[in-house]
Amino acid sequence: MDISALTARFGLLAVGLAAFAVVMLALYGIAELASRRNRSRLVASVFLFPALLFLGVGLVYPAVRTFVMSFFNGDGTQFIAFDNYAWVFSDDDALQTLVNTALWIVIVPALSTALGLVYAVLIDGRRGERVYKALVFLPMGISFVGASIIWKFVYQYKASGDQLGLLNQLLVWVGLDPVNWLNNFPTNNFLLMVVLVWIEVGFATVVLSAALKGVPTEIIEAARIDGASPAQIFWNVTVPSIRSAIVVVAVTVFIATLKLFDIVRAMTGGHHGTDVLAHNMWDQAFRLGNDGRGATMAVLLFALVIPVVIYQVRNIRRQELEAR
Amino acid sequence: MSNTRRLMCLAAATSALAIAATACGAPEEEGEGRGEVPDAAQDCANYEQFGSFEGETVSIFGSIRDTEADEMVEAWSYFEECTGVTIEYEGSGEFEADMKVRVDGGNAPSIALFPQPGLMANYADSLVPASDEVSALATEGWSEDWLNYGTIDGTLYAPPNSANAKSFIWYSPSFFSENGYEVPTTWDDLIAVSDQIAADGVMPWCAGFESGGATGWPGTDWIEDIVLREGTDLYDQWANHEIPFNDPQIVAAIEKAGSVVTNEDYIYNGVDTISSTPFQEAGYPILDGNCAMYRMASFYGAMWPADTNVAEDGDVFAFQFPEQNEGDNTMLVGGEFVAAFSDSEATEATRQFLASELYHNARLQTGPWSTAHQGVDPNNATTPINVLATQILTDPSVTVRFDASDIMPGEVGASSFWTGVIQWVDGSKDAQEIADDIENSWPQ
Repeated sequence: MDISALTARFGLLAVGLAAFAVVMLALYGIAELASRRNRSRLVASVFLFPALLFLGVGLVYPAVRTFVMSFFNGDGTQFIAFDNYAWVFSDDDALQTLVNTALWIVIVPALSTALGLVYAVLIDGRRGERVYKALVFLPMGISFVGASIIWKFVYQYKASGDQLGLLNQLLVWVGLDPVNWLNNFPTNNFLLMVVLVWIEVGFATVVLSAALKGVPTEIIEAARIDGASPAQIFWNVTVPSIRSAIVVVAVTVFIATLKLFDIVRAMTGGHHGTDVLAHNMWDQAFRLGNDGRGATMAVLLFALVIPVVIYQVRNIRRQELEAR
Repeated sequence: MSNTRRLMCLAAATSALAIAATACGAPEEEGEGRGEVPDAAQDCANYEQFGSFEGETVSIFGSIRDTEADEMVEAWSYFEECTGVTIEYEGSGEFEADMKVRVDGGNAPSIALFPQPGLMANYADSLVPASDEVSALATEGWSEDWLNYGTIDGTLYAPPNSANAKSFIWYSPSFFSENGYEVPTTWDDLIAVSDQIAADGVMPWCAGFESGGATGWPGTDWIEDIVLREGTDLYDQWANHEIPFNDPQIVAAIEKAGSVVTNEDYIYNGVDTISSTPFQEAGYPILDGNCAMYRMASFYGAMWPADTNVAEDGDVFAFQFPEQNEGDNTMLVGGEFVAAFSDSEATEATRQFLASELYHNARLQTGPWSTAHQGVDPNNATTPINVLATQILTDPSVTVRFDASDIMPGEVGASSFWTGVIQWVDGSKDAQEIADDIENSWPQ
């Protein structure tokens, strides 16, 4: 694309923005002219209108439509009630997808948070803490697809001869046969989880390490004077003090895990029993062309996120109340 | 299955298997197998028939990428120059998904190169049928078998672009001649020669079905080859689901494929390594004399290690998959179909050009490629295997059938069929069980 085309496009954008501003100002002016009593309400609605419009068009409408689509067949021409949902809970592959997703959302947040917490506690207050933190945080800077390719190298398999994959070469060195890791169900699921844990541990460490700094030393010293063992201090003093940070980390990782797509897509394509909800949703809707099933998967995903979001919102509200 | 091959190339590129990455459809060295646009196709006088469309743009979207795409673009570069049409070509590794997003979103390309007729049929409502001119060119250029795959409900929409010959068995000509083995022409001969090779102490077959996310597809080709040779009617009924997938004849065909593929006395390295051996490397033991034969499409010619001489008198070459019934001459094929979403005049002219002998002859010479267009001289193909493939593909006496897994719905052809084949060679399910599973996965 040459410069003139670019300027033409951005010019158009500028005109659009200017027009939008003019319309908003005009509406605001009209609202100002209204009687004093109604003024604030009118002004508020004028300024809320664009946000509500975008929310409605960009979020509410697609969500409702997805929900409706999940009751229709593949090309959306026939109402089939709950058939898609029946399929999810009866088809072997779809069930496998659900089981895998369940494993992912239990194992990955738990493991990431636990490892992050242990690591944060171990390095807390040591010399070179920053370096240790930076080392474990580095994978956070790598995109999911990038990380997947790195780990695909690690798991790379050749039937015989020198191995390209690190893991298989280690096996060959100790005299074992190489294993086709990514094709071996159910191990392959856990090997994929390793990738996400590898990424998320850094995030957990950094957040929890910061929380640890906030634990008052007086409490810990008091516990120590009272004769508490290090394990007791950890479980009864440190962990409760940073409980809210742990919850934030676990919930964030949980949501990231639930919508996980990239790692499965880049490493196995969902084959060999490694599919998860978010990937299967895309696979059904776009690769296999079954919009109904794709929408059903999306609705399930939505249903799974809601409780966590509600919990998180309540958590934040309670914290705000406590802070007051 | 050209689309899976490209999927594979994507997978290979990401997994950076050096061997595979260089093997995606084109030779790694500039010059080898690469040619020029022939003189006749450089002369603007030959393009006058298509008209003049200065300043107009036609977008083409396909699954062909990298070197292969460059060679294709080169083949139509003179068309652009002489008619003034600008062709914007875009290749995608996620063709199926991208295509749906574009068409649903109202951004369909002017022309799409569909690697699967089944996928194309999903878009029939948005496609522009072939004009009389395109139909005339198509009828002149291709056999009825081919055009049937570009026809939806009796209307021709899309003539083919490239064509792949899939019913090939790779072998070492010198190994065969030194040991006095004959190239088999019937199934019984094939089994006889396999037994003979096995008795002489060499494993007769290599096999490898690993292909990243598309693992299993080489096995579907094996089964398709057998079904096709049991009878073309049976094949058509099977591909179009007029008979169930677990019909006794199909189960028998899978078992027959199994007499080679799951035969421990035949398979180099053992049957349990098939699903984990990458198909790109699976044929290499032929070069070392460790196995004698490998069933893989003509595009495998570009996948041999760099210094391999792929020719009838060279290190490796291929023969046509043997027939079951006397007098049959069948070929399993793949290819792309040129379908249009726009009815603009420039698009129409481009469609006419892409269906013309002029384009197919030029494309045949810009790089390793094969076509079923009757108007080309197969000897112009740039490599011996493509000469052979084009000879067979343009031979009117050969009955061609399109890769069935590309005709079946995606849930089957790009999913459960692959899974079934993997379970079958891994020994976790038998022919009857996988046929039942696949039948159950067929969308209602």
